[in-house]
Amino acid sequence: MSKQEFTVTVYTENQIGLLNRIAIIFSRRKINIESLNTSPSEVEGIHRFTIVINEVEEVVKKLARQIEKQVEVLKAYYNTNEEIVWQELAMYKVPTDEIAEKVKVERLLREYGARAVVIRKDYTIFETTGQREETDKLISVLEPYGLIEFVRSARVAIIKASSGFHEKLKEFEQTEPGEEVIENEFLDKQDEVFTM
Amino acid sequence: MSSTIEMAPKKIQTKDKATSLSGSQAVLEAFLAEGVDTIFGYPGGAIMPIYDALYDYQERLNHILVRHEQGGIHAAQGYARTSGRTGVVFATSGPGATNLVTGLADAMIDSTPLVCITGQVFAHLLGTDAFQETDVINITTPVTKWNYQVTDATEIPSVLAKAFYIAKSGRPGPVLIDITKNAQIQKFDYEGYEKCNHIRSYRPKPIVRKEYVEQAAKMINEAERPFVIFGQGVILGKAETEFLKFIEKAGIPTAWTILGESAIPTDHPLAVGMLGMHGNYGPNVLTNECDVLIAIGMRFDDRVTGRLDKYARQAKVIHLDIDPAEIDKNVKSAVPVWGDCKETLPLLTELIAPKVYPQWLQKFREYQQQEEETCINPELNPTSDEMTMGEVIRTLNELTGGDAVIVTDVGQHQMVACRYAKFTQSKSNVTSGGLGTMGFALPAAVGAKFGAPSRTVVAIIGDGGFQMTLQELGTIMQFDVDVKILILNNQFLGMVRQWQQLFHDKRYSFVNITSPDFVQVAKGYRIEGNSISERDKLKAAVKTMLDHKGAYLLEVMVGKENNVFPMVPQGCSVAEIRLK
Ligand SMILES: Cc1ncc(C[n+]2csc(CCOP(=O)(O)OP(=O)(O)O)c2C)c(N)n1
Repeated sequence: MSKQEFTVTVYTENQIGLLNRIAIIFSRRKINIESLNTSPSEVEGIHRFTIVINEVEEVVKKLARQIEKQVEVLKAYYNTNEEIVWQELAMYKVPTDEIAEKVKVERLLREYGARAVVIRKDYTIFETTGQREETDKLISVLEPYGLIEFVRSARVAIIKASSGFHEKLKEFEQTEPGEEVIENEFLDKQDEVFTM
Repeated sequence: MSSTIEMAPKKIQTKDKATSLSGSQAVLEAFLAEGVDTIFGYPGGAIMPIYDALYDYQERLNHILVRHEQGGIHAAQGYARTSGRTGVVFATSGPGATNLVTGLADAMIDSTPLVCITGQVFAHLLGTDAFQETDVINITTPVTKWNYQVTDATEIPSVLAKAFYIAKSGRPGPVLIDITKNAQIQKFDYEGYEKCNHIRSYRPKPIVRKEYVEQAAKMINEAERPFVIFGQGVILGKAETEFLKFIEKAGIPTAWTILGESAIPTDHPLAVGMLGMHGNYGPNVLTNECDVLIAIGMRFDDRVTGRLDKYARQAKVIHLDIDPAEIDKNVKSAVPVWGDCKETLPLLTELIAPKVYPQWLQKFREYQQQEEETCINPELNPTSDEMTMGEVIRTLNELTGGDAVIVTDVGQHQMVACRYAKFTQSKSNVTSGGLGTMGFALPAAVGAKFGAPSRTVVAIIGDGGFQMTLQELGTIMQFDVDVKILILNNQFLGMVRQWQQLFHDKRYSFVNITSPDFVQVAKGYRIEGNSISERDKLKAAVKTMLDHKGAYLLEVMVGKENNVFPMVPQGCSVAEIRLK
């Protein structure tokens, strides 16, 4: 089995410290996280992590189970790129005079599906959304014109299968009663069993 | 398990509703509601409000002042392991909390339910490097099942309810609650305590899949050489009876991991001994000859499996475990049976045919015979002048009849004790399995006695490990804890010396350890003791120890360079186990 890109989607309660608990699961195995996004989900009180790693499936499966073991995690799924629709957002800052002079900006915007977010005298910021190769392409176009700064977001992803995660989540959300804690047989017998 | 959606949580009225309580009082009310009777702890500035409140609860909560927080948490582990309940610990912030880390790691890997309460600096000082401030939550995250920092007293009842629920349910583990000093002092309107039995994101038990149980039963019914191996899951699941019913109907030879030991009587007719690096010959070798391997509540630790690519390749593995993450983690199973074995075992027992495997069992007995001749007999009935660890354990067996709780430290004596001790009741073998923590036994024995006050508790410790936490003799003295301390002194860090002998050309690098006069040390703590080095004094000395009313320390001088065999050398297959 060879390594490939996997997107791990984790549904969690919104709790301080959980990011650390989840990150530890990767770091203790020396697995590098390519990208990580966390945001509220469509369900009240439930957050969603989207984590991209390069690994063999066997390992990813075990990681998902370890993640699911965390008390505040509802569910962890993993998918190959074929099974998801995914996007990243990129922003590019370039000198306004250069770009206005030398580039057919409208063509650029059309061709790369980009959008001007801010236009100032000194610089202009473009934004585009897409997969890695697409956002990379615009870098190479803009670089000759003095690309000042570039930033790319973490991946966001949605599963292709029509039922998606939501159904499974609802299934999971059905409550199950917990177990009773067994009482101590020595309770109330302190004087008989302890000398102090 | 029912699938009803609504379940009224159990309301527990300790204090009247809407009484004004401090955060500290709320902690102690939670303990009462959870049935806590014993707390192990050590005070300090950041937990003083809780100790102040404890002053008024002394009649209802028994607090044991230990001599080091590591001792406190190991004691709580010992308590949990013999009582089957949750151990409770107090420690202050900073150094108090960091001293808990070893015990947390130990409890985490050995699935021991604990609730630890640490004090923390005032909330407004968090993150300022205040006096005795450490980021306890982040330090302990990898070694707790769950942890949480409380900065507001109103959270305390619900957070503690969660803590006890998480520690005990599903696969148990340690939970740490860090409470800032302001939250301990803060007064609030107390609305009573509600036990927790549901957390939105937490499913302690996986849903039992009947089709897997059926497949497992079919596989067992068709097996010719089935073999059962089990771990602590049987004890944690309180499934000893269900387990015995299962193996007795199935008629399958059965071996235990070090932590599973004592779940069934050692001399049960189907018992074939201990697995693992220093386990028995037959179960190790025959793991690689069985056709169906039924693993119950165990996690295929590398000390059990040896080389994974040569482990039970021929066998179809049925794995019963409550923790889904354990299934296929190390050994791939043909049939996974997710669930609490207290629920899954009866389902399985129902579906299997009653059987016996006399020839297959005989094979185990043949290996046992070989092991008897080469290892067991020389160890238990030595002809040399020097005493062996094995004969000390044999003598102990003879005098206790296998009814004692045995708490072991880590090293050769641990392996010898676990190999040769006889057990008649469950929850009798307390040892640090997954972490192998030296210094565990003395404090754990203290806790074990509080967890099982009516039983004889014998701590078996090496001369090295004893010196790691011997300050707990002070706790034993102060609280009159009736534990028997048996030091097996070989004047070496024995297990490391054994490895140096076998794998490092006898280059004994820093394993020669000098010890004080242990009997004098005990005397300093007003604990009686004796030291012997001759065989003819052994039985009487052990008897004196056991008969003594109260704590007693017996040091037995044993052979300096004895080795524990059999042994599966690291990196070898279980079938390559060496008898010498
Ligand atoms: C805290 C800790 N430090 C180091 C070790 C490594 N270690 C394992 S066994 C052992 C030797 C134990 O010597 P002793 O307590 O005298 O027992 P013996 O093996 O001689 O029975 C050591 C150092 C350990 N397990 N735990």
